[in-house]
Amino acid sequence: MRKNVPLFPEQASTLAGEVDALYLTFLGISVFFGLLVAGLVIFFAIRFRRRSPDEIGRPEKAGILLEIIWSVIPLAILLIMFAWGAKVYVEAFRPPGNAVEYFVTAKQWMWKFQHPQGNREINVLHVPLGQPIRLTMTSEDVIHSFFVPAFRVKADVLPGRYTTVWFEASKVGTFHLFCAEYCGAEHSVMGGDIVVMNPADYELWLAGRDSGPSVVASGEELFRVKACNTCHRPDSATLAPILHGIFGEEAEFQDGSTQIVDENYIRESILNPTAKLVKGYKPLMPTYKGQLTEEEVLQLIGYIKSLASDATESQGTVPASGSPALDSDEG
Amino acid sequence: MSDTVTTPARRRNYLNADYGIKSWLLTQDHKRIAILYLVSITFFFVLGGVMAALIRVELATPLGDMVEPDTYNRLFTAHGVLMVFLFLIPSIPAVLGNFLIPLMIGAKDLAFPKLNLGSWYVYNLGAVLMVVALLRGGTDTGWTFYTPYSSTFADSEVILTALGAFVVGFSSIMTGLNFIVTIHRMRAPGLTWFRLPLFVWAHYGTSLIQILGTPVVAIAILLVAAERLLHIGIFDPALGGDPVLFQHLFWFYSHPAVYIMILPSMGVISELITAFSRKRIFGYKFVAFSSLAIAVLGFLVWGHHLFVSSQSIYAGLIFSVLSMLVAVPSAVKTFNWTATLYQGSISWQTPMIYALGFIGLFVIGGLTGTMLATLGIDMHVHDTYFVVAHFHYIMVGGAIMAYLGGLHFWWPKITGRMYSVFWSRISAGLIFFGFNLTFFPQFLLGYMGMPRRYHAYPEEFQILNVLSSAGATILGVGYLLPLIYFTWSMRYGERASDNPWGAYGLEWETSSPPPTFNFDEPPVVTTEAYDYLAMRDKRVA
Ligand code: HEM
Ligand SMILES: [Cu+2]
Ligand SMILES: [Cu+2]
Repeated sequence: MRKNVPLFPEQASTLAGEVDALYLTFLGISVFFGLLVAGLVIFFAIRFRRRSPDEIGRPEKAGILLEIIWSVIPLAILLIMFAWGAKVYVEAFRPPGNAVEYFVTAKQWMWKFQHPQGNREINVLHVPLGQPIRLTMTSEDVIHSFFVPAFRVKADVLPGRYTTVWFEASKVGTFHLFCAEYCGAEHSVMGGDIVVMNPADYELWLAGRDSGPSVVASGEELFRVKACNTCHRPDSATLAPILHGIFGEEAEFQDGSTQIVDENYIRESILNPTAKLVKGYKPLMPTYKGQLTEEEVLQLIGYIKSLASDATESQGTVPASGSPALDSDEG
Repeated sequence: MSDTVTTPARRRNYLNADYGIKSWLLTQDHKRIAILYLVSITFFFVLGGVMAALIRVELATPLGDMVEPDTYNRLFTAHGVLMVFLFLIPSIPAVLGNFLIPLMIGAKDLAFPKLNLGSWYVYNLGAVLMVVALLRGGTDTGWTFYTPYSSTFADSEVILTALGAFVVGFSSIMTGLNFIVTIHRMRAPGLTWFRLPLFVWAHYGTSLIQILGTPVVAIAILLVAAERLLHIGIFDPALGGDPVLFQHLFWFYSHPAVYIMILPSMGVISELITAFSRKRIFGYKFVAFSSLAIAVLGFLVWGHHLFVSSQSIYAGLIFSVLSMLVAVPSAVKTFNWTATLYQGSISWQTPMIYALGFIGLFVIGGLTGTMLATLGIDMHVHDTYFVVAHFHYIMVGGAIMAYLGGLHFWWPKITGRMYSVFWSRISAGLIFFGFNLTFFPQFLLGYMGMPRRYHAYPEEFQILNVLSSAGATILGVGYLLPLIYFTWSMRYGERASDNPWGAYGLEWETSSPPPTFNFDEPPVVTTEAYDYLAMRDKRVA
């Protein structure tokens, strides 16, 4: 199925059509201007070719009007394309609210995935069709880049921080995953497959293997084992801030500055707790640098995100099965 | 003065003034220094070309079956580093600019002849460092040296190569400084700013970038070395650094540096188009100021290399819109060149074939550049072969076409000899065709999703890769031909007259090759640039 589309990539995400429309329009504009210039150059070069050795050209007066026209028209077109491109880009980097979060850890030279249900995979990621999926990604060593051409998405994966990207697969099948940022000897084989399945098949696939504890459960376990809960208690804020409901809210620090609590902030608070001290607390928390793997940090973050203030809703649940749009075309 | 009377054969000129090896290695004559540079950069062009050939052979099949992955990575790194730092950046400025700027402004030499010679030695020192690095196994970081791979992980000659780039940077600064002072202080009487050839304007813009941008990349390189040697955390997050900071520093220089490579070629094209249309350029001031606009705006767009590097969405928006703006002066130049042809007296000599080819390839390179500046497109094609194709259209299709066009144009002035018209046309044709066959398929590959810097790739990309490798073969032959007929012409070529093309410009008013101090009498300028009418009237009179 991959082999017979030699000139254009498959469209397998809701974004792909939009990117292609933008690209093809710009291509059309480019072909028009390219042919216009090439046509004029060739026409003039023939029409005004030198007829006698002493001939010279006939200079014309500078045409201010022409200069303005051929500055303003390209500028206007470029600004329109900018705005359109910006719209697509903002969409691609702002995950919708109902996106389900998967974790990605890259390292030389493999991709490690964890489903919210707990399943782990290496170099292959199974995802359900029609479900927005948000990837929270980090690297254990150098910079890599998550690239799925059929989805038209790409985002660098950095050591020491999280980046996110999202997609909603729109076609069942197996698609290339590439590492797009040069990362050393095996860069060109640091790839894999994204397998898009009908939601029912995905459920079956999940059920068919031992998923291990879910991300939230693993995080909860770590929270206990690493003794985070001796200070961060749900009922008392004397030693350390209560973590319920902090995600997405504003934190206020000793020096009066504030920040919205996101994944990168939680990560920093675990690995370098004194970097930003929450107002009203002492620098008591020890660093967990070197004591947690990248994946464990992600699980802790998953757990903390699940701690809603009313302790009912939790993030990262299994996507609802039996979604609409069952595509029968199997890869 | 006349261009028909042949020059006396044994006239004293800068070439036959002295033959000793010392007279070359210690020369302070800008024309001889230009030749020294020509020899050096040609050597590295050939070396870089050999690397490219190996890369293309490897990519003819999907499997990485010819060299080891690690070797492949060292090959493309060496290719990029040699071509960018040792060939393209010095190419037009250090060879043609060095030779022509004093001639074009009616000066005896550059403002600082010793600095000029010094720059060649500094260049060679940097080149030696890079060659030693190559002999010790090379570097595997890519010419972009991204951290933390380069600073902590790579196990290759990163420091030597980077140090080489650092040192070569100084030769570039020295040349830029020399040009700026020369253009300000040494113009012939009557040669006002707006009578300057556009080649000189373009080099003025280039020199500004060279002296303002190069120090920044030099600092970035030093910081990488500091992290590698002293383990100071600057870029590696494991040491408390920020890996993306390097990308900002690197592109703050290297985006303007892409204009160091293309602005001089735009200057060459303006000269070629006017000379072979025998007509004043359309919109002189617009073309002149667009060089400055590019030099200035070029400093504000570096973030378009970081659209998917975790840069904030807002930064992405700003860098995207600024990149659109920087494309406008390039478009303006293109339209002005095209309009110059209108009602010209167009002669299809070899340099003009290069110039017209340049326009076509540069348009493709520029348009695909604006596509890359479009956020929604870049997130798909960033770091794919689409980018590779784009910058080769600009740097090879643009800059090298202009460099070769310029060499063919000024060769009679430089050597006093003509080359074979027949073979030069064949080679221009081969280069144009071979180039397109090599790089056009790469746009398609990139949009299909083939990432760059891949040693092996999925089978469905093979057909286009084979086409590209086939094109590279033709391109290689195209480049080899000038090497042969230029060398041949130095001995056997027909002697050239002072002004074989009947072109306007002070460089054509002195003999071919020029005397050591360029002009027997200091020239005085009384006409506007490219004023062919006045030139004809003067000759008739
Ligand atoms: C119309 C003007 C131009 C625009 C709008 C433009 C835009 C861009 C953009 C947005 C990228 C980044 C693509 C990516 O990495 O995803 C890029 C890459 C590049 N461009 Fe251009 N460009 C233009 C002209 C030029 C010129 C004149 C040159 C050189 C002489 C050039 C050389 C390069 C190089 C070397 C790269 C990639 C370097 C690398 O990643 O190794 N571009 N261009
Ligand atoms: Cu990689
Ligand atoms: Cu750039």
